[in-house]
Amino acid sequence: MSKPKVGFYWCASCGGCEESVVDLAEAILDVAAAVDFVFFPVAMDFKRSDVEAMADGAMAACMINGAIRSSEQRAMAKLLRRKAQILIAYGACSHQGGIPGLANLFDRQSILQTVYRDTPSTVNPGDIRPEASTRIPHGEVELPVLDEQVKSLDQVVPVDYYIPGCAPPVQLLKDALAAILTGRLPPKGSVLAPDKALCEQCPRAPSKPDNLLIDQFKRPHLERIDPEKCLLAQGFLCLGPATRGGCGWACINANMPCTGCLGPVSRTRDYGGAAMSALASLVNSNDEAQIAAMLETIVDPAGTFYRYGLPASLLFARAGANADKGGHEP
Amino acid sequence: MIMPIHDPVRIGVYVCHCGMNIASRVDVEDVRAFAQSLPGVAAARTYKFMCSDPGQEMIQKDIKEHGLNRVVVASCSPLLHEHTFRRACAAAGMNPFYLQMANIREQVSWVTPDRAQATRKARALIHAAVRRVADHYPLAKERVNVHPAILVVGGGIAGIQAALLLANAGKKVYLVEREPSIGGHMAQLDKTFPTLDCSACILTPKMSQIRTHPNITLWTYAEIEEVAGFAGNFKVKVRRKPRYVKEELCVGCSECVSACVFKEGRVSDEFNQGLSKRKPIYMPFPQATPNVVVIDPRSCLKIMRGKCAMKCVEACLRAAIDFEQREEHAEIEVGAIILATGYRTFDARKIPEYGYGRFPNVYTMLEVERLVNAAGPTGGDITLRDGARPQTVGIIHCVGSRDRRHHPYCSNVCCMASLKMAHLVKERTGAEVFNFYIDMRATFKGYEEFYDQVLREGVQFIRGRVAEVTDWAIRSAEKGKLVIRVEDTLVGVVRRIPVDMVVLATAMEPQEDAAAVQRKFNISCSQDGFFLERHPKLGPVSTFSDGIFLAGVCQGPKDIPASVAQAGAAAAEALCLVDKGFVEIEPNTAFIDEAACSGCRTCIPLCPFQAITRDAVKGVAVINQALCKGCGTCVAACPSGAAGQNMFTDAQIYDEIEGVLADV
Repeated sequence: MSKPKVGFYWCASCGGCEESVVDLAEAILDVAAAVDFVFFPVAMDFKRSDVEAMADGAMAACMINGAIRSSEQRAMAKLLRRKAQILIAYGACSHQGGIPGLANLFDRQSILQTVYRDTPSTVNPGDIRPEASTRIPHGEVELPVLDEQVKSLDQVVPVDYYIPGCAPPVQLLKDALAAILTGRLPPKGSVLAPDKALCEQCPRAPSKPDNLLIDQFKRPHLERIDPEKCLLAQGFLCLGPATRGGCGWACINANMPCTGCLGPVSRTRDYGGAAMSALASLVNSNDEAQIAAMLETIVDPAGTFYRYGLPASLLFARAGANADKGGHEP
Repeated sequence: MIMPIHDPVRIGVYVCHCGMNIASRVDVEDVRAFAQSLPGVAAARTYKFMCSDPGQEMIQKDIKEHGLNRVVVASCSPLLHEHTFRRACAAAGMNPFYLQMANIREQVSWVTPDRAQATRKARALIHAAVRRVADHYPLAKERVNVHPAILVVGGGIAGIQAALLLANAGKKVYLVEREPSIGGHMAQLDKTFPTLDCSACILTPKMSQIRTHPNITLWTYAEIEEVAGFAGNFKVKVRRKPRYVKEELCVGCSECVSACVFKEGRVSDEFNQGLSKRKPIYMPFPQATPNVVVIDPRSCLKIMRGKCAMKCVEACLRAAIDFEQREEHAEIEVGAIILATGYRTFDARKIPEYGYGRFPNVYTMLEVERLVNAAGPTGGDITLRDGARPQTVGIIHCVGSRDRRHHPYCSNVCCMASLKMAHLVKERTGAEVFNFYIDMRATFKGYEEFYDQVLREGVQFIRGRVAEVTDWAIRSAEKGKLVIRVEDTLVGVVRRIPVDMVVLATAMEPQEDAAAVQRKFNISCSQDGFFLERHPKLGPVSTFSDGIFLAGVCQGPKDIPASVAQAGAAAAEALCLVDKGFVEIEPNTAFIDEAACSGCRTCIPLCPFQAITRDAVKGVAVINQALCKGCGTCVAACPSGAAGQNMFTDAQIYDEIEGVLADV
């Protein structure tokens, strides 16, 4: 009997998700024994033409990490969707838009201008910008077009499952592979992780007071952090109350507050909104000016509360679904 | 809690014309046809008055004949008729919480003049209601027993009247007064308009009834610390300040006052408006109730310095003086609360051009009330600061009232109080009296007649707002006098009237701590700072907090007859609530989905009703349904969607939003 065929592809990502596969350590041998990797550009030499040659639905499962922000990535997402029976958004960028999604705070024009003209390390006297098509002595060459907006995978193609995290915790990957191999999968659309917030069973939970109100927001690199006490109770912006558990409290155990990479639980429509309204509620003041002054100390609220999910937020969900319908797909 | 309906949703939509109120601005037939086209809508009708019997019967008939399991009524505000339509649905066998109202009158036809726009808006609101009502599920109101006791806060005439009525009806009443004696401002007045009966003569019998009534617990020198709970079941904490005299032993003989090491009064006497001095140990006023002395800790040598011969202790044959007395805290349970916290008078120093505080012979009305009073500092002699009798007196109306710099409102009582004072001064001293008024307001029973009487007595009336009171004499007749400069608007000239005494009819204003009291009792204030009634016409003594009622000037300036009438109304409202024996609670409570709660505790400190606790065993938050008032604060704050609220689930709200925006 032939082994199920599996693909693993990357779009706008940092490579961390691939690292998380490597983090399987010796367990990767069990995986390799159980499945055939038929597409895995980071590790194995397959070409796009190999995928195109497959019959539709030939792959039992394909995991895509990284956000979608170019015509090429969109085309690959559509291609892999056709070839895979189960399409899994792997990691925060694919799941919610991830850190690349913060680019949605700017338009394409200003991003290109910053990168190709304004940064101090740029030397570009001709102000040359990437073009979809460029004539060179050898003929015409094409480049993917950068989209107006960064999107999560499910804003481009239908997605069956999500494995969250930046990068996904190894245990979630192991559990997901086991579920795929045994066919014991939850309803489509599920996030393959627990559906309770991180505070559940947090090792620091006993030190969190029942009536927690915060007098001052602190930043982790500027203060000494008590390694035992609830980080929120110390005034650090720990997003554990709003964030899906399943990471094994990796940051908490490393004495750092949760930054929210696993995204919201299934009942929350807008992660940043939920996190902000919870934290703002804990500000220990009834005086408007004082509250404003306290909130002012939160540096970069968009980057704090929407660090991993701006494209999937209510602000961009609708716009993201409508923008970039056209564009050149090589 | 959430019981999904498995039958397909069958919605009836009922669009009301409300006579011409809605139909004149909204194309009701267009809206009806639109509603009919929406998914899930089985019937859509219009009617002239949906709240009438035929309108309600139309809905009930459809529920039975069309098998409707949801109803949307597009008419007025749910505040008006939600109960009507809920009852109608329930009578037809449908759970009343399957009803949703779309307010196309207050929110559409009354505020949107353009017919096309109004019609579009009505469509959007109905679309929202249709989408939302599909997510409704059956709920039931809960009945909670009512605690039969009643708390009255404030022992002025309004509080006294309400407490006596309730106690006479057989109810247990707690009357809490912050001062050492009940009586309030009325106890300071000499005579009352327009009948000129003696204020003390009509008030003190009521005060002593309060003292002796078996159903009344009177706590003077006490303040409300905390109010928790809800209509029918309030828990109130009361702080009783130490008076350093055992109330149960003191008989009010005042031997201790005579014996005090201070032979003369040292401290300004509050009851006499500072026109006399009292000792550190004192009886607030002769008819004080309870008739018990009190020691002022800010002037008593024993309390301040720990050293004193303590002649008072020696003099007291009943050993009632107790310097060890400490603050006491009591917690009571009551079903209803009447607030009768009264007012304070405007500080006349805020209008420096009238000279109060600069010229010794400029008085406030309340000071002159004490001067006129036989029990006052002068034994009823109206004299100036130097003891001389005034030959001419000027009474200035509207000091701080009807003045954009201070209070835009009319204080209601000053015209009549000024007329009464003019009459008393003239009667007692024979002085020539001038009244300076803007408009004369003498609108209630017997008031105009009294005005007429005072006019006939020869009191002078000058119409105009006084510009200035000055001691700068420019004529010999003005030497040594206070000169009132005013434009006499009836004659059209600026006049200078020299007088010996000026009386300022200062405004009534909210108590200094009215805003704190408002927060403590969770009620609202109107713009002027007085407590806000639920409806100016139809709920004049109710508040937006069920079970809390208002009486007297704390709700707005008014005179004694109006305060007493309002106290009666508040007592009747409280009685209705308490005698009914139970309250029905709207099932809009919040709940925690235990399977979803991570135990992060964000919600716990936010609950204004202390309804949320943490189940340490399960590690989840728990909401006490009896304490939850459905404010939704915890639901909005819950970062993981574990807190939900009946009647306002996320699905209902999102579907409502999508419905209202569907055509945008």
